[in-house]
Amino acid sequence: MMNEYDVCIIGAGVVGCAAAMQLSKYDLNILVIDKEEDVCSGTSKANSAIAHAGYDAVPGTIKAKMNVRGAELIKQLSKTLDFSYIQNGSLVLCFDEADIPKLNTLYERGIKNGVKELSVITGDEARALEPAVSENAVAALYAKDAGIVCPFGMTYAFAENAAANGVQFSFLTEVKNVKKSDPGYTVVTDKGEINTKYVINAAGVYADVIHNYVCDDKIKITARRGEYVLLDREVGDLVKHTVFQLPTKLGKGVLVAPTVHGNIIVGPSAEDIDDKEDTETTAASTAKIKECALQSVPNIPYNKVITGFSGLRAHGGDDDFIIGETADGFFDAACIESPGLTSAPAIGEYLAMLISKKSGAALKTDYIAERKNIPHIAKMPPEKRTEMIKKNPLYGNIICRCESISEGEIVDAIRRKPGAVSLDGVKRRVRAGMGRCQAGFCTPATIAILARELGIPESEVTKNRPGSEQIKEKL
Amino acid sequence: MKYHDLVIIGGGPAGLAAAVSAHEAGVSDILILERDERLGGILNQCIHNGFGLHTFKEELTGPEYAERYIKKVLDAKIPYKLKTIAADISPEREILYVNGEEGAVTVKAGAIILAMGCRERPRGALGLPGYRPAGIFTAGTAQRLMNIEGQSVGKKVFILGSGDIGLIMARRMTLEGAEVCAVAELMPYSGGLNRNIVQCLNDFNIPLKLSHTVTQIHGKERVTGITISEVDEKRSPIPGTEEYFDCDTLLLSCGLLPENELSKSAGITLDRVTGGPVVDDRLQCSVPGVFACGNVLHVHDLVDYVSEEAERAGAQAASYLSGNSTADGYVKLYTGFGVRYTVPQMIDVKNMSEQTVVRFRVADIYRDKSIALYYGDKHVKKQKKRIMAPGEMEQIIIKKDSFTDGIPDSIKVCVED
Repeated sequence: MMNEYDVCIIGAGVVGCAAAMQLSKYDLNILVIDKEEDVCSGTSKANSAIAHAGYDAVPGTIKAKMNVRGAELIKQLSKTLDFSYIQNGSLVLCFDEADIPKLNTLYERGIKNGVKELSVITGDEARALEPAVSENAVAALYAKDAGIVCPFGMTYAFAENAAANGVQFSFLTEVKNVKKSDPGYTVVTDKGEINTKYVINAAGVYADVIHNYVCDDKIKITARRGEYVLLDREVGDLVKHTVFQLPTKLGKGVLVAPTVHGNIIVGPSAEDIDDKEDTETTAASTAKIKECALQSVPNIPYNKVITGFSGLRAHGGDDDFIIGETADGFFDAACIESPGLTSAPAIGEYLAMLISKKSGAALKTDYIAERKNIPHIAKMPPEKRTEMIKKNPLYGNIICRCESISEGEIVDAIRRKPGAVSLDGVKRRVRAGMGRCQAGFCTPATIAILARELGIPESEVTKNRPGSEQIKEKL
Repeated sequence: MKYHDLVIIGGGPAGLAAAVSAHEAGVSDILILERDERLGGILNQCIHNGFGLHTFKEELTGPEYAERYIKKVLDAKIPYKLKTIAADISPEREILYVNGEEGAVTVKAGAIILAMGCRERPRGALGLPGYRPAGIFTAGTAQRLMNIEGQSVGKKVFILGSGDIGLIMARRMTLEGAEVCAVAELMPYSGGLNRNIVQCLNDFNIPLKLSHTVTQIHGKERVTGITISEVDEKRSPIPGTEEYFDCDTLLLSCGLLPENELSKSAGITLDRVTGGPVVDDRLQCSVPGVFACGNVLHVHDLVDYVSEEAERAGAQAASYLSGNSTADGYVKLYTGFGVRYTVPQMIDVKNMSEQTVVRFRVADIYRDKSIALYYGDKHVKKQKKRIMAPGEMEQIIIKKDSFTDGIPDSIKVCVED
């Protein structure tokens, strides 16, 4: 790791990678560091995967601006950077006539925030759009423009595009301190010191720790855990739209939505916890989200659940994001909870604008604007598939049966920059192990491929961070 | 488009026995598609003995048992493709297969035998709470890693579920020097064979904790321990019964699921209980000319029964190919008290062969009860059993000459006193 940079971005989640991608348009030396082994290893990997339309946030807040702009950018970037995005529309269901004014409030917020194609519809109209919706729904806010996105795919797209434009990444690099130095900051890590002119703090649930190293006005971020269950693609046509519930005094409600990969996602719960690493699922939360979702969609086939997981949102005290230059040359992207995923590209764009202005950096002349995703060979028509396999026979060796992922695609995932170095990294890039058998069949083969490609023994292949090795020893 | 008389999906015990039997019955144009790099299927990783007692009257290991059938396939020069996955089957019996040599190829089959086997129920489907660290394996995955790849998965192991592979792995890991803390089983009885409980747990002093389940998985990177709880009659954990086990590995042996994604793509009707295709006494599915056998049809306890069933499927496919496809005397089989399912689910009484074997599993442990057979309301047969358990398959034979009163409206199999 070289140790002189113009910009050091702390955190390789979707916000950090979006900032890196947007900043890589400029002639700047940029380093992204993360304490985990790969990009997309924290909040970015475990969330609702929604591109929110933008009616939730209070008009005038940073959240509102970033949400609406982010949703717009996701549509464009999903094409140029090749990640999965589907405009499937969303419904916010209302179950009580007395709550309809609340729907109208959301509608008005949306209009003020600049959301297009928004309408309040009757329960029957909602059921006409989405037949699975409960008979108890009396009205709904329909946002035709809302979408779903692959949170991993988007983050990898940003990271790969940034890397293609010269951004460097350093993983398993944990920040221990950030000190003011001349002309900027010294980021002290467990891998050594990094001198940088500017710092972007995109450290997710740890953004308060990083912020507090530098700034006098201290902030506190609470990890707000959200638990989900994911259903088999077999029942993926349960709903087409993202189905939310109107927040009530009983809680914010949970969503039932399709994913871009054709599964159904149900969740999240909301539980404030002390441990910023605590991604446990609990029997109580699982039961709660399952029951709550039945209010919206009464016939969810929970016997088709293939996995459950939880993620941590970075919940700040205030209700808004903290974005901007909070100390000279130190830029925060803190308290990025929902709609953080949607907002990420806009947050990146905004920070890049601030830093380019401050630094006076020029735009690159050789900037690469496009990036192609790893091809999903099984989705191709047989002739095209055969052509790909003739070029690379590894594309014909199916490793993950459930998702039809070949050895060639897994090798691609490992060889990308930044590439997969763990089973989870492979899984999130190409979905090997993400299907209904949850990596039962493909784990041995994927371990062997990782070991071969990375030049390490199988016993050193990890599920994610160090310490998560699957194999104990050679017999 | 290439054509083969018979395409067999899967080169495990079912596919091999079906191929040999079809060949013996005169089918010469057969193709076996196998996704692994060798024939034999799951038997290759079952290096313990106990296979073949019924078929060969001797105790073989899994690979030895497979070898007997592989030799027959090789001797008969039946063509097969390895590292080849069937990606799609259409109701018109067109199969899309993929491999590294040929790419994606569509072939048309005169008849198809489904022999894809089953998969294990994973952690996610069990809804086990806690972290998601490394060190959680289905028993079969751990078995493959140990016995095929030569890798040890853990030193201190807890096993959830008393399915046969879990029991076998309890012994296997003990023999490799690992410590197996205990086996917990949600149900009040084991899901595995009694002989495996004796030989794999009792002989090694490994406790079997019935009516228990895992209620917490500990460890952020690697499993550091698990908490189990006793469950009540509704299978809900009883507060206050928590017990912690220090371990680095959790194996899951919580049920096998017939792997029928291809069957679904072919539009084949599946049985809600078995998870496999609904078949008639010819082992023919709802799509004509498509037959099923082995664990893709229903999960078997012994491979000997897989082979026997597959031989029938092979012979029936041969018969179908030679033009015997009339089916106009179907009678549905009903499950009465204590019987979870039957295979076949219907019998063509008019056109059936001399006799047909009906296999099923019971819903609970029954002592000194009988298996009874009814044609309509008429009690036809009773077969006394000292003990029946859900972990073991039961069977009853229906003979053609037993239909003395003509074709009945229904046939029922049940457990009674």
